[in-house]
Amino acid sequence: MTRAPLSLKIAAIGGLAFLHVPLLFILLYCFTTEEKSYAFPPPGFTLKWFGVVWGRADIWAAVGLSLKVATIATVLALVLGTLAAGALARARFFGREPVSLLFVLPIALPGIVTGIALRQAFGLMEIPFSVWTIVLGHATFCIVVVYNNAVARLRRLSPSLIEASMDLGADAFQTFRLVVLPNIGTALLAGGMLAFALSFDEVIVTTFTAGQQSTLPIWMLSELIRPRQRPVTNVVAVLVILVTFLPILAAYYLTRHGEAVAGSGK
Amino acid sequence: MHAHAAPLATPAVRLAGVVRHFGAVRAVDGVDLAIAPGEFFAMLGPSGSGKTTCLRLIAGFEQPDAGHIEIFGDTVEGLPPYRRAVNTVFQDYALFPHLSVGDNVAYGLRVRGIGRSERDRLAGEALAMVKLGGMEARRPAQLSGGQRQRVALARALVVRPKVLLLDEPLGALDLKLREEMQSELKGLQRALGLTFVFVTHDQGEALSMADRVAVFNEGRIVQVGPPEAVYERPATRFVAGFVGSANVLDARQSQALGGPARPCSLRPEKILLLAPGAPGPDGAVLVAAEVTEVSYQGPVRRVSARTSEGLALTAAVPAGTTGIMAGATVRLAVPKDAVRPMEGEE
Amino acid sequence: MSLATRDLPAPREGVMRRLSDPLVRHGRLLTLLLLVPPLLWLGLVYLGSLFVFLAQSVFSIDEFSGTIVREPTTATLLELFRPANYDIVLRTIGISSAVTMLCAVIAFPIAYYAARYAGPKVKAAFYLAVMMPLWSSYLVKVYGWKLLLAKEGAIGWFAGKLGLGGALEAWLALPLVGGPSLSVSYTGMVLTFTYLWLPFMILPVQAALERVPPHLIEAAGDLGASPGLVFRTVILPLAMPGVVAGAIFTFSLTLGDYIVPQIIGTSALVLGQAVYTLQGTAGNIPLAAAFSLVPILVMALFLTVAKRTGAFDAL
Repeated sequence: MTRAPLSLKIAAIGGLAFLHVPLLFILLYCFTTEEKSYAFPPPGFTLKWFGVVWGRADIWAAVGLSLKVATIATVLALVLGTLAAGALARARFFGREPVSLLFVLPIALPGIVTGIALRQAFGLMEIPFSVWTIVLGHATFCIVVVYNNAVARLRRLSPSLIEASMDLGADAFQTFRLVVLPNIGTALLAGGMLAFALSFDEVIVTTFTAGQQSTLPIWMLSELIRPRQRPVTNVVAVLVILVTFLPILAAYYLTRHGEAVAGSGK
Repeated sequence: MHAHAAPLATPAVRLAGVVRHFGAVRAVDGVDLAIAPGEFFAMLGPSGSGKTTCLRLIAGFEQPDAGHIEIFGDTVEGLPPYRRAVNTVFQDYALFPHLSVGDNVAYGLRVRGIGRSERDRLAGEALAMVKLGGMEARRPAQLSGGQRQRVALARALVVRPKVLLLDEPLGALDLKLREEMQSELKGLQRALGLTFVFVTHDQGEALSMADRVAVFNEGRIVQVGPPEAVYERPATRFVAGFVGSANVLDARQSQALGGPARPCSLRPEKILLLAPGAPGPDGAVLVAAEVTEVSYQGPVRRVSARTSEGLALTAAVPAGTTGIMAGATVRLAVPKDAVRPMEGEE
Repeated sequence: MSLATRDLPAPREGVMRRLSDPLVRHGRLLTLLLLVPPLLWLGLVYLGSLFVFLAQSVFSIDEFSGTIVREPTTATLLELFRPANYDIVLRTIGISSAVTMLCAVIAFPIAYYAARYAGPKVKAAFYLAVMMPLWSSYLVKVYGWKLLLAKEGAIGWFAGKLGLGGALEAWLALPLVGGPSLSVSYTGMVLTFTYLWLPFMILPVQAALERVPPHLIEAAGDLGASPGLVFRTVILPLAMPGVVAGAIFTFSLTLGDYIVPQIIGTSALVLGQAVYTLQGTAGNIPLAAAFSLVPILVMALFLTVAKRTGAFDAL
């Protein structure tokens, strides 16, 4: 392999730096003593904001709600996404294209459209806002993440394995449990973790489906618009990075052999 | 369809008028077949001839669009694979990558609810039978192609099928290993007294291993019979060309060479090349021909020649026959009975 | 060889086994049964609400009472063409285009380096370096830029230290791209969007470049083409599907966003904000629905064009 031209190297590394520098600044501002402006360089350093976060009940309530929503939405997405992948991985039928488009639509359309549409529907059917209204919105766009991961793995699974299982006496359900599931397990785990991270972080759709409830991103949004004790937001932001990064790292290691982690927008 | 000797006892496998199409393609287009218990039966044909679909219909991976399938007298069409007393050795072996070799072999026992210790014992026995004793803990990925093939065999045999189906089982092996496995498979089949149905596109494999061969073309069986019969008396132009090679003669040409007045086949190795002045065998038809091409093929030399009537003939002569050149005129002898009528051609 | 002589117990007959029979016999039935739950969810819950919402674009709002008049009319849709509203659409499409182009320019060297020069280890590191910001919290990232772009923030400080304070002032004094500070300017908004969606551009471009066979580039070189010519005539055309695939993301994500312009940006509305305000404080659901149709139509057009370039294979 030839060596890269220096200019290319600089451009590539510069681009990656561009991706990471803002995250470093968030970390830096966790420790600033200045709480009203974003003055740089910070006039002094302190650890007190970590203590403040620890003592703030509103933050922990938001974390709790976010974890609850993300867990339920992930479980729903796992079930529905796996079913959809099972149906579409190999089958050829009339209407297959529109159906697969439908699964991608929730991330292809702007979140604000999804959000308002759901809110309108809740209003029409007089459904009060609850954990479940948030979950409903999240599961809708989490399905595609699980679906993408599962479908990629199912397509690589040799169909003769399923035939071999039935040939040896296993019915459809035994075949699913003993052959299909173990072979797509890591893909489902990866998809589930990405779905969890996506839900934990979602703000646009949630704005419309949460009502007065506050998930962690909703809490952050209100802090961004109406700032007080600004470094508290930074500490929470760093926590959010950690909570979403770990499952993503795990998902990467689970799927790195052969297929890319399915990306998605919000 | 040709009449062929139907076995007297209940056939191990019987197909009657079986049709299977995919869209507009008739993959299997009216197949009748009876395979005797204990028989080593080969289904031979080029790819797309319907032989593999036929095997999959017997296994239950496909369902026929028309016709009837029986296994030891039991009607099986409509039954899923797990309700049929047949097992398959897959072309790609289809070993479960997430299970050890031992658990692969024990899989069929597990779904039958047999306890851990009993199925480990039976799986061990089956692995020993295919000379893989002690390999239980390995993963399929750690095995060579030949070893995987044996695991697939043990996995299918351990659940005691009434018929074993093999889909091009030797296709992925190299030549040396393939010859070894051929004799081993044959030995295993004899020792177990089991019915083997074997799909292959390799005519040499079919002829050397099978008790009977069915030759497939375009979704139909064009000839069934013991290897000698199929080779010596090919029923159609297609069989003559696909199983070995042959000179195909029309009615007039075969009459000229001492055969009956109908389309005939003439195997190249039957044609003799006479030394100048030497007499031909009794009853042989002698023709003079001009050599157009000679090619050396190891055991034989292939001589293409053209008679004065313009008939192109190919002869396979011992490789030791030297001194034949393109352009030379030679005398060819076609022995009596060497020109054989093709029953399926008019 | 005692194997063939013993009999095995038959598999247990159970409800599941009997249920399994028709599923295996009729593959279509299985496909249908698998599809029903996700289709019910997405078809009914999602498409249903989407349709109910968007359909209201044919209604109008009573200007005095502020209630929705449920009579079909094209008046609401035509309102999109009023200069004030039309400007919003054009402004948003302009910003989305700028973001997309900037993303492509920054992403290309990263993708190119990772696809062509990086060894397996470096490639894995690059991949993680792209994935981590991709999956980091959206709000956290927006917030990071708020910190950087603020008047008293890091960019201003560094510009001052490097003696570029004047240049920054001059840039902010420009019409259109400028503003009182970076955090209330189109420049800041475009930078933030570019940052947010950059990974969505890098990944498909890299995937497309990895599919360019190295021997093709060598062959072009052997034929005497200069590196620049090879790049323009071989690499760029082959990478295009990846760029278009990435652009689908960067364009559509910018088109519908309303949070970034709210936190970083000028007082002039973009599409997302307009929809947000209309459905919220203004209570004009019909016009909000009409505005929502714009990104959907723009993306449908974009996707139709993209499909022709083969971008979907690069996704």
